[in-house]
Amino acid sequence: MTNTLHRFGDAESFRDDYVVFAIASKGKNDQDSLPKLRRFLQIATEYKPVNLGDARHGGALRPSREMNPLSHWQRDMKPDFDAVIAGLDHPTTCAAVFDDRVKAEDFVKRIKEEDLGLSVNISTSIDGAEQCCHYAGIPRHSVGYSLGFEGHTEKLPNDRVMMLSTMCGHGMVSHQLARKMIDWVKEGRRTPAEAVTYMTRFCSCGVFNPARARRILEGAITSNEIARDFDNRSQAPDQPEDQANNKR
Amino acid sequence: MRINQERCVACGNCTYVCPMEAIYIDPVKKRATINRDECVECYACYNGLSQEHLNPTMVRTIRSIFKAMRVRFEPEPDVCPTACFEPDKLEWPRVVRRAFSDPRVPHESTGVEGRGTEEVKTNDVSGRVQVGEVGFTIEFGRPGVGVRFHEIQKMSQALARAGVSFEKKNPITSLMTDIATGTIREDIMNEKVMSAILEIKVPVERTEEVIRMVWRIEKEISTVVALGVGTRCDENGEDTVVAPILERLGYKLERAKTNIGLGRVSIVQPQAGSREVVHA
Repeated sequence: MTNTLHRFGDAESFRDDYVVFAIASKGKNDQDSLPKLRRFLQIATEYKPVNLGDARHGGALRPSREMNPLSHWQRDMKPDFDAVIAGLDHPTTCAAVFDDRVKAEDFVKRIKEEDLGLSVNISTSIDGAEQCCHYAGIPRHSVGYSLGFEGHTEKLPNDRVMMLSTMCGHGMVSHQLARKMIDWVKEGRRTPAEAVTYMTRFCSCGVFNPARARRILEGAITSNEIARDFDNRSQAPDQPEDQANNKR
Repeated sequence: MRINQERCVACGNCTYVCPMEAIYIDPVKKRATINRDECVECYACYNGLSQEHLNPTMVRTIRSIFKAMRVRFEPEPDVCPTACFEPDKLEWPRVVRRAFSDPRVPHESTGVEGRGTEEVKTNDVSGRVQVGEVGFTIEFGRPGVGVRFHEIQKMSQALARAGVSFEKKNPITSLMTDIATGTIREDIMNEKVMSAILEIKVPVERTEEVIRMVWRIEKEISTVVALGVGTRCDENGEDTVVAPILERLGYKLERAKTNIGLGRVSIVQPQAGSREVVHA
């Protein structure tokens, strides 16, 4: 699951995006890992995350199977962290998302002190993760670099849509929905805060960052870009060496 | 996935939330319809849309009146008003689509949800990538693009010809009929999935060779490729080996997944497993 690795954007765009997740390895340390994972999530709530989730049940804002028609006018927009913790019933990847480096640093330091024995990863800019490790006094064990998108990138939408949709690396936040939300925010049909909640509910493991998404949508209000993807597709270079993300 | 045509009111919400853009309103039937060939059984429609259970006749009547008055009813965009999505019982080989596209379904081969890979996320306990080695995740497909297995096979066979070894605990590897040649089983060749990841490991000296091979093959397949490169840091937590190679190849390194090394092995294995062979 590279669900947080290939988020689209440059290092600066991850200034409010710190995903810290815990995972047990099958046959190595997954036995009795459930209470440790639950403890990981409980500790995370003390550091004011913007999302919390597990890979089986989703994040802190979830779709409803029995929605009341009246709830169109009173949708629940607040994340329910307690429900995430209570719903964890199987060892799986558990994640906490922070919109602030200091919160992430404090959380990582605390997790080190708790000594849960689980593998813990930080997914953010390379510098951001190094600073968290430095603060907690931990040398990095391993690092998995994202080299961005290659190949037929002319099939991808524009940058803003990519930044929104890649925050669910499993692709559950569709390009079309991200485009629609940009359009609706620009037209004033929904506030950025409302639009973010729609997208957040689709992320199936709780790593979507609503704070970063809101910033991206707010930036769309005054931008002169077109949310549709004709711009990127029509300008896509022919040579893979020059393609999107400017990673190469 | 199936849409109950008796219940669908053609509100169109699902056409936007489908990651593969495989749902459309049939202009003749006036119902949401799934393009079965493009649908990857990711269940985003079924799992992601909130469900109301309104009476379809009532909803259609209200919508007709509004339409006649040129009034646009603007419902919440993440709701199916009549709960009309119904999961199909998937048979082989179509079930492969869901295994690779619905992140809530763990892969049988690895027990891991999502694309079923652990990469360097558990390297502190698995020791999969050691100093002097590089682990690659070569991810094919994205939402709206997808990938078919015959395209993945072009890459896997090229890598196999170069003597590269595939990660054994990987969902694509488990679907190979011949790991030595990178050949994937024939009956799934045309199945489409949202994305899938090949995992390989090579000595650090082969990093550039592998990347140049990926550059060459990705021109021959009609999808998007996302490369991830994992390595073990030194005792000071530094990587002074792989990052310079990547930067020399022109990559600007912005984002990474960093394993901070807090994991511990707590289950004692009956026998020490033999380490995977890394072809030099």
